[in-house]
Amino acid sequence: MILLKRVVLDVLKPHQPSGLEFAKTLAECGEGYRVHYTVTAVDEKTETVVVAIVGEDIQFNVIAETISELGASLHSVDEVEVINVGESKQN
Amino acid sequence: MNQVQLFIQIAKAQGIARRYFVVNGFDGALTMLGIVVGFYFSEGASVEVALSACIGAAVALGMSGVTSAYISERAEREIELRELEQAMVKNLGDSAHGKVVRFIPPIIGIVNGLSPLLISLIIILPFWLPVPLFGFRFDPFEASIFLAFLCLFLLGVFLGKISGSAWLWSGIKTILIAGTTALIIYFVSS
Repeated sequence: MILLKRVVLDVLKPHQPSGLEFAKTLAECGEGYRVHYTVTAVDEKTETVVVAIVGEDIQFNVIAETISELGASLHSVDEVEVINVGESKQN
Repeated sequence: MNQVQLFIQIAKAQGIARRYFVVNGFDGALTMLGIVVGFYFSEGASVEVALSACIGAAVALGMSGVTSAYISERAEREIELRELEQAMVKNLGDSAHGKVVRFIPPIIGIVNGLSPLLISLIIILPFWLPVPLFGFRFDPFEASIFLAFLCLFLLGVFLGKISGSAWLWSGIKTILIAGTTALIIYFVSS
């Protein structure tokens, strides 16, 4: 079984919700998620941010849906770290 | 963060609702003051006639508050959403920003409508009460004018508190506005 442990995303988002609330909402997607949020460019109505999420078993679909619900666009997945934990974890 | 908190933050609705509450509450209190003072200075006006006029005005203020705020907020937020969609190059209808356009204007409308309605009902409360009340005799018109001044003072105090300025001075300023209004009505009607 392959688990997603870390992912770095390039995201375009409106100024609201704020970076703090955006990162908190992403962290709420799963227990133990650690979110690192960096603004790389700011425009009149939008900002480009790099979001790094670390967790034991990151549910990427939930993260992508939450980003969309917050009015943001997922531009690219820049880094991924996965681990093969074998078959035992499936049960 | 729950959905409601998220919508309020995106819409910056807390400050807007507070502004509408004070602005339209002030409108309601001053309108009631004007009507009651007008009846007070016109000889022989009955409590029933004054009460009917005040209720009519209060309901009209409430309806006007709900509809005007809803229509204007909805239009403003749709414009903002369209501009944001252009910047984001995507449809935001299903996002929190799209939901804000549908969710926030009715709330702002209700705040804007209830504020003058409730304040008006408080001001005309003496017209409903039996005289004497628990053995205490009062003039419904004078009691109503007193309540109007009190409501306006409290709105001023509230504004002073939230702006961090001197709340007492803020309350006195609204009292002065109310007094000036009552004086103008007195000179116009006499």
